[in-house]
Parts: sequence; structure tokens; C-alpha cells
Amino acid sequence: MSASTRPRAEGWRAWVEAIRRDRAAAAGAAILASFVLLALVGPVFVGDPDALVGIPHQPPSAAHWLGTTGQGQDVLAQTVVGTRISLAIGFGVGLAVVLLGAVVGVVSGYAGGRVDAGLSLLVNVFLVLPGLPLAIVVAAYLPSGPATVALVLVLTGWAWNARVVRAQALALRQRDFVAAAVVSGEGAWRIVLQEILPNMTSLLVAQVIGSTVYAIGAQVGLEFLGLGDVSRATWGTNLYWASNDSALLVGAWWTFVPTGLCVAAVGFGLTMLNSGFDELTNPRLGAERAWRAWLLGRGLSPGRSTPVAVDRG
Amino acid sequence: MRYALRRLGFYLLAAWFALTLNFFLPRLMPGDPASALFARFKGQLAPEAMVALRQTFGLTGASLPSQYLTYLGHALRGDLGISVAYFPAPVSQVIGTGLAWTVFLAGSAVVLAFALGTLLGVAAAWWRGGLADRVLPPLLAFLGAFPYFWLAMVALYLLGFQLRWFPLGHAYGDDLTPSWTPAFALEVARHAALPIGSIVVATVGGWMLSMRNAMVAVLGSDFVTLARAKGLPPRQVALRYAARNALLPSVTGFGMALGFVLGGALLTEIVFAYPGQGYLLVQAVRNQDYPLMQGIFLVITLAVLGANWVVDLVNLWLDPRAREGSA
Repeated sequence: MSASTRPRAEGWRAWVEAIRRDRAAAAGAAILASFVLLALVGPVFVGDPDALVGIPHQPPSAAHWLGTTGQGQDVLAQTVVGTRISLAIGFGVGLAVVLLGAVVGVVSGYAGGRVDAGLSLLVNVFLVLPGLPLAIVVAAYLPSGPATVALVLVLTGWAWNARVVRAQALALRQRDFVAAAVVSGEGAWRIVLQEILPNMTSLLVAQVIGSTVYAIGAQVGLEFLGLGDVSRATWGTNLYWASNDSALLVGAWWTFVPTGLCVAAVGFGLTMLNSGFDELTNPRLGAERAWRAWLLGRGLSPGRSTPVAVDRG
Repeated sequence: MRYALRRLGFYLLAAWFALTLNFFLPRLMPGDPASALFARFKGQLAPEAMVALRQTFGLTGASLPSQYLTYLGHALRGDLGISVAYFPAPVSQVIGTGLAWTVFLAGSAVVLAFALGTLLGVAAAWWRGGLADRVLPPLLAFLGAFPYFWLAMVALYLLGFQLRWFPLGHAYGDDLTPSWTPAFALEVARHAALPIGSIVVATVGGWMLSMRNAMVAVLGSDFVTLARAKGLPPRQVALRYAARNALLPSVTGFGMALGFVLGGALLTEIVFAYPGQGYLLVQAVRNQDYPLMQGIFLVITLAVLGANWVVDLVNLWLDPRAREGSA
């Protein structure tokens, strides 16, 4: 079944349908859903992550499924409780970054002229400044904690989204329906909000997913350096303490492996989800797949460019 | 030529922006910046260190514009103030000790990953649907989802501690003194293998995917079909015709990825106790050594801007359109 042979659903239905149709996207959504569930209800079951429950650096056992940290805390509890803040910052920053990027990009692309030149310059400057050192310098001056981490990640992450949205806004501005809206006397804000932004929904959704992956990774990096609130369990501070307590020197792999796997699983799940949306917003991908399947069903193999069939006999 | 100069102008502007940001950050802190900054060091620092710190930030009685000019003048002369953690060494000297190691580590990792990923991308697009095209992208995407420094920790644990194939850290053995001999070079390579390897593994997937997608698009275009129809050798079609054109987006992305990869490389350095900027950065964060932090930010920014300009020059050579000044 491909996108072209089915009547296309509308609105939210279309998104849900696209996820269900694509195996990778469905798997990604499932991974993500289980982590969100873990973040919401998990902390109730594992107890206090900061409690000193046993001898430091004990390998996984029946009492402590993932062993204990260098301070004698339960690794499982720390990982589960850490999920909450890490995901919250990840999704929050992902949304904020896209929002900021969309505003700057749309204003820049729609207004044109001097406004565009100025904003584009700002975007390009932020794109070439190295993100992590900038984030560290800013974070060091603010009180440490999740809010600071979120703030500096937004500051260092919005530029790329702004650039992509600007390009898209420039393209949409040339279209007839926007010209029609201008001629019929609609205000600039109305055109931006009603005509241009809705046509970028798929792009923005993809950006939220991509930005969330970035936010989780960068957040873990900052906290690993000790710029988060080190007394509060998050994925990043867990790795910070693992490194601080010389987990590697004593061979305590269980103190850093679970956290890394969680980060990667969430990132991978989000990426897979994105591939499903790709299919929805780019019907050519689906059509191409259907075409290849059709050819293969008849013992033919598709050529390099989409419409050419090669008979390899 | 005009293109190259215009880009240079842009990077100078970006450098000025970074400098200005550096100047205003301490002054944007809530409350009186001087007392907020120095309150942390009460009793830990000698009075002369406090004076040096004050001068570093230009937090003197002078007016803001005159403070700014003094600061810019100092920065242009390479005077980035005095380090708190390594008092009384000047920041520029502290940074200088580790700069070469970071450039070596991050530079070779980025170049290796780019070259390897691009070649794999060409191969995946050329033999589309082949083994490399089906297996590698999801595998590398999965590896790319891990934080660089976490991959480094796992690599260090497995290949360093368990199997003892590689040394556990530092840039070279403690019993050696740096020299330009083959033996020392081998030692450095052995120590760099794990850090560079873990960065390459984490980043190669992105390059491969972007090259593969660009290459697939180019392979479908008319001039490639014509080249094939003319009966040109496949290798020539793949590399000289298709790959050269498909490379452009990757090269453009290279400059921007540089800053990002460098951030990951700094964290990787920490895992291996590699004597570069990452290690200094941790010291700076731990000791709240603001001059050092800001100095590292500035130096790394300048390095990234310089590298971006070199990438622009490469682009100029690859893409005649940019040479004519239209791009």
C-alpha cells in the first residue's frame, strides 16, 4: 500500500495514519511513548534517587538491578528519575528553538529588504559560532540548573531552523495564493499566520523532532561538564558523576552504559519517527517505493533514476 | 576573488560579534557585575589577582565605551587577561599549551569522518540498494544517536581497560618527551586512535547520508545520463561527473558542522584526559575561571571562523559558479 493508492486522510488523522503505515515510524513512536511513560510514572516506583542505599560501585544484582553508583546510590532509580528532567528539557527546548527560528525566519523571508539583510546576517553569525563553547560561557554566568541549560540551548540552537524557514518563506512568498492575499488587502501578520505558516507545518514538525534530538544531546554534554545542577539526577549529571567517581578506572560500566543507551534510544526513536513524516510530506518517496515494489513483484529491478526499469533477465 | 574577500569580511564581522558578546556577558549578569564576580573568590585570591581580574574585564571606574575600547585593544594584541585557575599565568599562554593537541585531534577526526563518509555515500548511491546502501545508513544513524563522549567512554572501557589494546589516556606516554621522531609519532597515533575513532564513528553517518542523497539526485540528472550514453568509463562518470557535483552541499555543510563536531571533540578530550582545550575547559568550569573560559571561547571561535574561510576557498575551487561571483 502506498500513499498514492489510498485516499489521503486529513489533519491529525493523516499524521497518525502515516506513522501507522511506516514500520520504522511506528517503532520510533513506540520507543518514544515508552520513555514518556517512564518519565511520567517511573519515578513513583523506583524511590529516592539520591538515597545512599548500598556499597559504592556494586555491579548489577537482584537488589539493585543496574548496580550502584560511586556514592552508593541506585543507578536504576537515578536513570529513571533523570528521564523526567532530561525529556522535559529536550522537548521544551525543541519547541522553543523551532518557535524562535520560525518567527525570525518568517519575518526575515516575508519582510525582505533591510530587515531580511539584518536578520540573515545575525542568523549566519550564530551559525558559524561554535555552539558548545558559547553555551558554556553563557551558562557559567547564570545560576546552574535546568532553566539555565534550557536557555543556553535555545540561544545556541535556533539559527539553523531560522535559515531553513526563511528559505521556505521566500519560496512561498512568490506563490500565487500569497499574491492574491496581498492584493485582497490582507495585513502582513494575517498573511504570515494564515497563509505562510500553515503551509510549513510538516517542515516545522520535522524541525521540532530534529531540534529535540539536538537538545537532548547538547544538554547531556553541558551537564557532563558540570554546568547543570549536579545535585539533581538527570542523564547528563549521571554521566558527570560517573566520570567524577572514576567509574572507568574501577570498571563500573553499569554507571554510564544505561544512561547512554537511554539517550541513544530516544534519539533513534525520534529519527525513525521523522522518517515516517518524511514519507507523508514528500509523496515522491512513497510513490518511488511503490514503483520499486511493483517492479520487484514482476522480477525486474529498478534502475538508478526513478522512472527507468532495467531488465536484468 | 571578490567572493573570497566578501566571506572574509563576514568572518571578521562574526569575530567582532564574538568579542563584543564576550565583553558584555559579565556586565549583563544580574546586580553589580564586579561584586557578583569577585564575591566567589573572597579569601581565595590574593589582592593582586583581584586587581588583575578587574583589569581583565575592564571593570574599572571608566565609562562603558572607554572600557570597551580598552578591552578591544587588549584582545587585538592577544592579551586575554590572567587565568584564575593557573594564576599568575596569562590566559593566552595557558590556551597555547593545549591548542595544538585540540587542532590535531578535532582536525584529523573531522577530515577523516568527512572523507570516509563521502566515499561511503558515493558507493551507496552508485550501487543503490546494495549491501552498503541497506545496512550502513541505519547502523551509522544508530551510532550517531549516542553522545560522542559516551561512545568514547565505552570504547575506552572495552578496548582500553578490558582488552588493553590502546593506552588509557593522555596524548603520549609519561616517560617520553615530545620530539619529531617516528617512535614518538607512533606513540601519539596510538594515543589518538581511540578519541579520533570514537568521533569518526559518531559523525561518519551524517556525511554518508548527505552525500548519498545528493549523489542519488545528481545521478538522475540529464548530464550524467549523457555521460553514460557517451560510453565514458563508469568510474569517470561516478567521480568526475556525479560526485564532484554532489559534493557541493556537503562542503557547504562542512563549515557549519565544524563548530558542532569541535564541541563533541572537547568532551571526548575530557574522557581521555587529552591535554587539549577540553581539559582546560573543565578546569575553567570547575574553578569558575571566567577569563580562561572566555579566552577558550574566543580562540575556538577564531579557529572555526578561519577553517570556514578555508572551506569557502575550497568551494570556490570546486564550484565555478561561486568563482564568477554570482553566489
